[in-house]
Amino acid sequence: MHETTKTKPGIALPPLAPGMQGFASDWASDQRAFKNVSWGKAMMWIFLLSDTFVFGCFLLAYMTARMSTTVPWPNPSEVFALNIGGQDIPLILIAIMTFVLISSSGTMAMAVMYGYRRDRRKTAALMLLTALFGATFVGMQAFEWTKLIHEGVRPWENPFGAAQFGSSFFMITGFHGTHVTIGVIFLIIIARKVWRGDFDQEKRGFFTSRKGRYEIVEITGLYWHFVDLVWVFIFAFFYLW
Amino acid sequence: MVNIPSSMDDPIPPAEVEDVELYHSHSWWTTYVFSQDAKVIAIQYSMTAMAIGLVALVLSWLMRLQLGFPGVFTFIDAERYYQFITMHGMIMVIYLLTALFLGGFGNYLIPLMVGARDMVFPYANMLSYWLYLLAVLILVASFFAPGGPTGAGWTLYPPQAVLSGTPGGADWGIVLMLLSLIFFIIGFTMGGLNYVVTVLQGRTRGMTLMRLPLTIWGIFTATVMALLAFPALFVASVMMLFDRLLGTSFFMPAIVEMGEQLQHAGGTPILFQHLFWFFGHPEVYIVALPAFGIVSDLISTHARKNIFGYRMMVWAIVIIGALSFVVWAHHMYVSGMNPNFGFFFATTTLIIAVPTALKVYNWVLTLWRGDIHLTLPMLFALAFIVTFLNGGLTGLFLGNVVVDVPLSDTLFVVAHFHMVMGVAPILVVFGAIYHWYPKITGRMMDETLGRIHFWVTFLGAYLIFFPMHYLGLLGMPRRYYEMGETAFVPPSAHSLNEFITIVALIVGAGQMVFLFNLFWSVRHGKDAGGNPWRATTLEWQTPTTPPPHGNFGKDLPIVYRWAYDYSVPGAAEDFIPQNQPNDDRISREPS
Ligand code: HEM
Ligand SMILES: [Cu+2]
Repeated sequence: MHETTKTKPGIALPPLAPGMQGFASDWASDQRAFKNVSWGKAMMWIFLLSDTFVFGCFLLAYMTARMSTTVPWPNPSEVFALNIGGQDIPLILIAIMTFVLISSSGTMAMAVMYGYRRDRRKTAALMLLTALFGATFVGMQAFEWTKLIHEGVRPWENPFGAAQFGSSFFMITGFHGTHVTIGVIFLIIIARKVWRGDFDQEKRGFFTSRKGRYEIVEITGLYWHFVDLVWVFIFAFFYLW
Repeated sequence: MVNIPSSMDDPIPPAEVEDVELYHSHSWWTTYVFSQDAKVIAIQYSMTAMAIGLVALVLSWLMRLQLGFPGVFTFIDAERYYQFITMHGMIMVIYLLTALFLGGFGNYLIPLMVGARDMVFPYANMLSYWLYLLAVLILVASFFAPGGPTGAGWTLYPPQAVLSGTPGGADWGIVLMLLSLIFFIIGFTMGGLNYVVTVLQGRTRGMTLMRLPLTIWGIFTATVMALLAFPALFVASVMMLFDRLLGTSFFMPAIVEMGEQLQHAGGTPILFQHLFWFFGHPEVYIVALPAFGIVSDLISTHARKNIFGYRMMVWAIVIIGALSFVVWAHHMYVSGMNPNFGFFFATTTLIIAVPTALKVYNWVLTLWRGDIHLTLPMLFALAFIVTFLNGGLTGLFLGNVVVDVPLSDTLFVVAHFHMVMGVAPILVVFGAIYHWYPKITGRMMDETLGRIHFWVTFLGAYLIFFPMHYLGLLGMPRRYYEMGETAFVPPSAHSLNEFITIVALIVGAGQMVFLFNLFWSVRHGKDAGGNPWRATTLEWQTPTTPPPHGNFGKDLPIVYRWAYDYSVPGAAEDFIPQNQPNDDRISREPS
């Protein structure tokens, strides 16, 4: 939902000074630093910034572990290969998983668009589709975990080389998978509210007693895209390196 | 700079921010216990923090008893001593100071001072407190768990933190500690997002960022830092938990313990140190910046003078906050990292001294020719300045690699950090409580008791920590259960240790005076009225005291000026509240 700036007609704000000064005074201006950004959206952005640091630390820790371990690191293209029709195809599962997750960002973006058009059904349907993609991703991840566990990979050891391989793998994909799962749950809850028309009636939240608004679809979308983006980094650093 | 058109007929900026939809409670439970009102949450945070802080205080007595009179108190064995040290440090830094400054003062002051009805998301704010309480309870539980709390030192360095030789290492202690930290961080994040968004997006009309009281600038910057620094601790805690519970080797190299080769191999303990101090150093400023901000306001109010160099103060806060993310490895000079790192981190560390010194100058210049009222808050603020200066100067020594290497892990370090991040912020906490108590309860705290408390605490703290610098220079090590017979420590040093212990007990008793005053004055204090200090900021302009639910009655205040219009020539009074229209244009606000 686009919040209109509630500027009284007739009162024009004075023009900003050019350059850095204008930039600074715009930021420091009255009441809100980011005009047209609602509280919920601002909060999600800042949370995502904080979460970026969490993932950043996980990834840096993984890289340090990988570089300082005494035993050679397993070759990802071999470990993450699937045997299909008698042939080992490297990274095929991850490729599909990545494709599914990125597609889900597309459906999410469409859900946001229909949300602003107040198209209840399409919004809810697209959100559910996004959730379905997300659940598929988690399902494939579970499959990958199972496969590796069958092959003897454990958090504390694995037959392919450095023990830290298994530790980092389960920790980082697990943490990311948890994020996806939480996203799926939220998508379903909010899709249900959209479907029921809660946001058209501005129905109040059960816990917060705040009016529900379509904007929440976009805020959920922000989270979803973020989780997607993080996956791209995990994919690059864990599977392609 | 300020966007309010002063030349136009209508100086009131149009409303951009909608009113908060307040949650109206219907029962006793939702009013006083599961309250979504930031003011109640603030009090819950503060009381919990002080209760657990009291535990940390008692632990410091026990440590001091052992150090002053080794062998006399037989129930304190070496293991217990390490548990006391660890819990004392951890509680003081995180569960007391961080929670009190951000959860306590942040919750109470942010909405009131920026002119909002509440935090932007009161429900998440409430959850924040309950998660904090859970974290505290887990921490307390570790005292009763088999094996007791962890004794790894507040830095929890692996590998020793998870080995059986360390108290709690192979038992519950370390697990509960890490779990407690994880819950603390999740809870803090919920609150912290609220504080940041309220300051950025929830201000009242006319309240530009450059009109915020410095208290808010300090708390705001500290919260942003916490949101970026706690992730490192979170990750480190999760990884160590895995090392301990799942047998992974993130931080664990190959180790032989009691002649037995452990399952771990190939991990890197230094990685933990980097993660820990990437959090740990900003943490110092997370407790220091709110203190800086609060002290600026206390000094300005009680010296009846505008703060000197407001803009500079704001920038100094922001720059200190940013720089403090690139100095962490000055805690690791002796860890064996690449010496070039040491050079880099020593340089950044010394650069931080510049904005910090600037703040000290500005405080002094604010006092210069001010109308200084030696009220309780002012006394504590002055004590803060000298104490912080003192601790800051020893910090310059320790920031240099060559000086730090011999001093590291001696009592000199203990003296330094107690001055700069122990005593100094605690003094501000007291000053702030004496200052805002009348707003919170409607009554003044007792002046005489307060003065006793002040002098005992201030002089006592110096008597405790000043001699420690000397002991440190002698080479007396930190974290030692007892010294035994050592050639380089003269017998007089032992008497000094006894002296310190006795003073520590007296200072501890002094805090009981404060606690008594705190509770006694709720009913028996002098009536304070709405604005006993004749202060300008919005929290003193509320319709009733204590402020009502929703803070400001029917209409939110409109801000016309900065927070420091004290002793303005030509004004009727020696202060002009922020919400008083600027008709005669005599504000001292820089433009
Ligand atoms: C009455 C006040 C206090 C006394 C008497 C006291 C005493 C002590 C003592 C004896 C130690 C152990 C020193 C050693 O390593 O041998 C210690 C450690 C420590 N204290 Fe305090 N303290 C006080 C207040 C505080 C406060 C307010 C803070 C808040 C920042 C604090 C933070 C710490 C920390 C972080 C450690 C290091 C723990 C470790 O080595 O793991 N203390 N304190
Ligand atoms: Cu530091």
